Order: sequence, then C-alpha cells, then structure tokens
Amino acid sequence: MKLLAIDTSNQAMSIAVMENEKIIGELTTNLKRNHSERLMPAIDALMKELSLEIQEIDRIAVAKGPGSYTGLRIGVTIAKTLAWTLNKELVGISSLKVLAANVNPTHQYIVPVMDARRGNVYTGLYQYKDGILEEVEPDTHISADKWAEHLSHKEGQFILVGEDYGKHQETFEKHLTERVSVAPPQQQIPKASVLGILSVSSEAEEVHTFTPDYLKLAEAEENWQNAHPDLVEDNYVEKI
Amino acid sequence: MKKMEKKLILAIESSCDETSAAVVENGNKILSNIVASQIKSHMRFGGVVPEIASRHHVEQITQIIEEAMEVAEVTYEDLAGVAVTEGPGLVGALLIGVNAAKTVAYAHKLPLIAVNHMAGHIYANKFIHPMTFPLLALVVSGGHTELVYMAEDGSYDIIGETRDDAAGEAYDKIGRVLGLPYPGGKAIDQMAHEGQDVYHFPRAMIKEANYDFSFSGLKSSFINKVHNAQQKGEELDEHDLAASFQASVVEVLVTKTIRAAKEYNVKQLLLAGGVAANKGLREALTKAMKEELPEVELVIPPLSLCGDNAAMIGAAGFVELEKRQFAEYNLNANPGLLLG
Repeated sequence: MKLLAIDTSNQAMSIAVMENEKIIGELTTNLKRNHSERLMPAIDALMKELSLEIQEIDRIAVAKGPGSYTGLRIGVTIAKTLAWTLNKELVGISSLKVLAANVNPTHQYIVPVMDARRGNVYTGLYQYKDGILEEVEPDTHISADKWAEHLSHKEGQFILVGEDYGKHQETFEKHLTERVSVAPPQQQIPKASVLGILSVSSEAEEVHTFTPDYLKLAEAEENWQNAHPDLVEDNYVEKI
Repeated sequence: MKKMEKKLILAIESSCDETSAAVVENGNKILSNIVASQIKSHMRFGGVVPEIASRHHVEQITQIIEEAMEVAEVTYEDLAGVAVTEGPGLVGALLIGVNAAKTVAYAHKLPLIAVNHMAGHIYANKFIHPMTFPLLALVVSGGHTELVYMAEDGSYDIIGETRDDAAGEAYDKIGRVLGLPYPGGKAIDQMAHEGQDVYHFPRAMIKEANYDFSFSGLKSSFINKVHNAQQKGEELDEHDLAASFQASVVEVLVTKTIRAAKEYNVKQLLLAGGVAANKGLREALTKAMKEELPEVELVIPPLSLCGDNAAMIGAAGFVELEKRQFAEYNLNANPGLLLG
C-alpha cells in the first residue's frame, strides 16, 4: 500500500510518501511561509522526484489537528479533496500524536505541546505500552498552568515535545520540577513519515464529513453557545 | 457543418458565506450550480464571522463539488478546466475553494483557472444574454459598488467605485438600526415598497463630475434621524424610513450609471452583484434606461444568479480558458484582488 502523508498543522510543512512502513520520500521545511502557496507544488515536486503518479497512491493521511486553524484547513482540504476525487482512503491522525511519536520508546510520559496563546496550550498525554504509542489522556485545549498542575499529581517522568515548549517550559518546571525534560531538537517538529507510520493500520475516515479537530470553537460560536445553550442546532448550512 | 466543441468548466466559489460548485458549458450554459448557504449560521452573529465561514466551507466542499458533477452528469474526462475564485473575499474562506480546485486540477491534470469574483458577477449576465461590447457594468454587493467599463471580453476598467461603504454594506448597517435580522437588504427593499420618500436623505456625490459613490454620509443621516426621533419620543414610520433610504441609494446609483453609459457610448448595460436582486434598483434602472437610453440594451440577471454562485465563476473562467491564461499550483487566495 502506498500512502501520502501531509502535516501542515503548524509552521512546519511536512509531506511523505510511504510504501507501508517504508519511507520512499519525505520533504520537510520549517519556515514562516504560506502553506497555501507551497503545499500543492511540494506534493507535485515530491511525486515527480519519486516518478510516481498521484493515482498510484492508495491512502492519504493528514494531521487533523489541533494546530493553526488555517494550516489545518489547507492540509485537510487538500487531503480530503485528493481522497474524494481519486476515490482513495483518507486517514486523520492527531497532530499532537504525530509530535509525540517523534520520541523514541521510553518509560516516560510524553507531553506534546503547541502554544495556543494567552497562556494556553494544545496538549495531550501519551505513553508507550509494549512498544506502541498510546493516548493516556485525550488531546485538549487548556491553560499551561492548569495542565502542568494536573500532571504533577501523576507519578513518573515527563518529556515535552513540540517547538513551542520554550514558551511554557517555566510553567512545567514550576509544577514538575526535575521530573520534566525536553526532547532533543530533531524531534521538535512534526515529520510526515511519522504520521504515515501511525496511519498504516488506522481505519479510514468518512471523506465528505471529515473536518479538522480544532479542539476549540470559534470565539464567536463559543460566546453564542454559552448565551443560547438551548438553541444550538446541528446544521447551519442549507442548499439554496 | 462542423459541430462546435463543447468546453466544460468545473467552477468553485467560496469567497464569503456560500460554498458553491458548478459545471458550465462554453461559458454560457449552466449544467449544474449547487449553492450551500451558511446564512442561517451567520444570522446568529448579525454578520459573517470569518472563522466560522471557513469551518463551514471545509465541511461542505467535497460534497458540493460531487453534487455539481453528478447533477451535470459529467466525469473528469469531460472537463476542459477547473476555475476558482481567487479573490476578493475573506481569505480563510477563499483558501478552501482555492485548495480544493488546485487538488482536482492536479489529480486529473486539468488546467487551473483563477477568477476574480467581481468578474464572475458581471459574467453571470452571459447566461441570459450574449455580451455586446463596449459595455458598462454596475456591480453592487455587500463588499463592492463599482462601475466597470469593458471594451472586450476579459478587459475591465473601473471608472467609478465607492469611496467608503459599499451599497450592500449600507443596507446591512441600517437594517441593524431598524432591528431587522441580518442581512437586512431584502426586508428593507420590501418595506421601501410600502413607504414614501418623506425624509429626503442626501444624495451623496450625485452632481460630482466623476463616477464614484459614497454611502457613509447617508448611513449617518439615517442613524441621526432615528436617534433624534428616539430622544424626542417621536414615532417614525419604518416603511417611510426604508423608502427614503432606498430612494437615495437607487437615485445615486441610477443617475451616475446612466451618465456613464452616455459618456462611454456603450452598447449594453449590465447589472451585477448581490444588490442586483433589489427590486427598487431593478425597477428604477429599467425605467430610466427606457426613458433616457432606449437604444442601449439593459441586462439584469435573474435573482438566482445575483447572489454568489460558482456558475458565474465558470462563465468568467471560460474567457481565461479561451485565452489559455492558466494559474500554477502555487495559486493563493487573494483577499484584496482588484479587477483588471
């Protein structure tokens, strides 16, 4: 099975082509530049370099969030449109799990971190069990302070992964003291090959209804739902 | 006789709060035109919330494109290109259509065509009547108020535009003052037909020797009138308020448009954009053209083609297809894209 993996959930852009768990090609950049301009040319260039036609790909994997709203939507739109238009399988994997899986098997808890502004983080708690990375607590949007305090009640060691860790390192150290460490630099940005490996055995998604896991409502939506808890509807879009 | 080749374009539009896809034949025949409106969502906020619009577009995009292909009964082999709105519009919303269009073009090795949304509104008229050049188009929507001179297909010269609020924006704002649900345009148009122009709001820039517009002064006069009455405890007739507001907007638009049509000696006048659905504007422009420029053909799109839709993007995209003006895979959303 050939697989194309795409991660544009944050500043880094990473794409990879795999044959099952074998990496055939991977392209990763970490620039403050626009994913919309660069993702499709990157896919085109990588496929050409590998002398592959996009039709030969059996499965599209995408980092489904959380992360930058715009970045997620670009990756997800291209992934779901490719899967739909070529009738291929689509798999979505947590962007935080992709980061966590950068860390080699260890007995420590793995804590992927993305900055979510105003002292908040997108984060989760992962751990290797019998060599397989498992989610210990679901991904969440939370204040870094609350999260670090919550983790401090657990026993064991923690390893932080994700480029934004520096913005919250002090908070984690305050609550976890010497029990927290930081992953090495080569593990700090997402790699699509890691996403690809996580996707090989995952179940395919329903393509049309697939959307990013933002882990957070739009601010206006959140305010409105808080003010009108009884009026929330399932479907706000109508064909005219 | 050689049969004319049919060229089909798959068109995608997502510039604001409608996700739309269409299949258009030779730039003038609609095979399908699917429009999913988010208005029910944005009504909750009294206006379009960009982040929420972007989220809805991702939910809808592939379903809408699939439906457009199914209704038109076409496959990718039948297509000559994929056209998409590049701008102007909301950047996050545009990005969904742009990236979906690029993907379909790439996956099926089809030319990618970038279309200006305003050109799309103008070309919506081509579904009803062939375009005769030179022509003048009055483009009025929630974001734009422009007079566009076209010497030929694909050539756009903006000879006048709003210096502040767009006409549709002014409607939305006074709709809010009158306590109408968003968007207020349709309700104001209906109320206007049951009232009289008794308040004589100013006709901004109507006599100035240019083709520009201004609607923010009118909006302020309207708000002042309502607030002053409230302070004095006076009751104003809402229908008369609506009628007076609409009379000002329509008179300025019609007067300057007719003057421009005369000066530029055009053969055709096109009405375009969401506000082209306004009954008061349609009636006044029809009447004025009959009286003052009977030799110039007036084309007004049906209501179904006034709002944002992908068929119009396919019509404008056909011009680019014929010129073989194609976009690359690095096409980006261009929220401030200018016409011409």
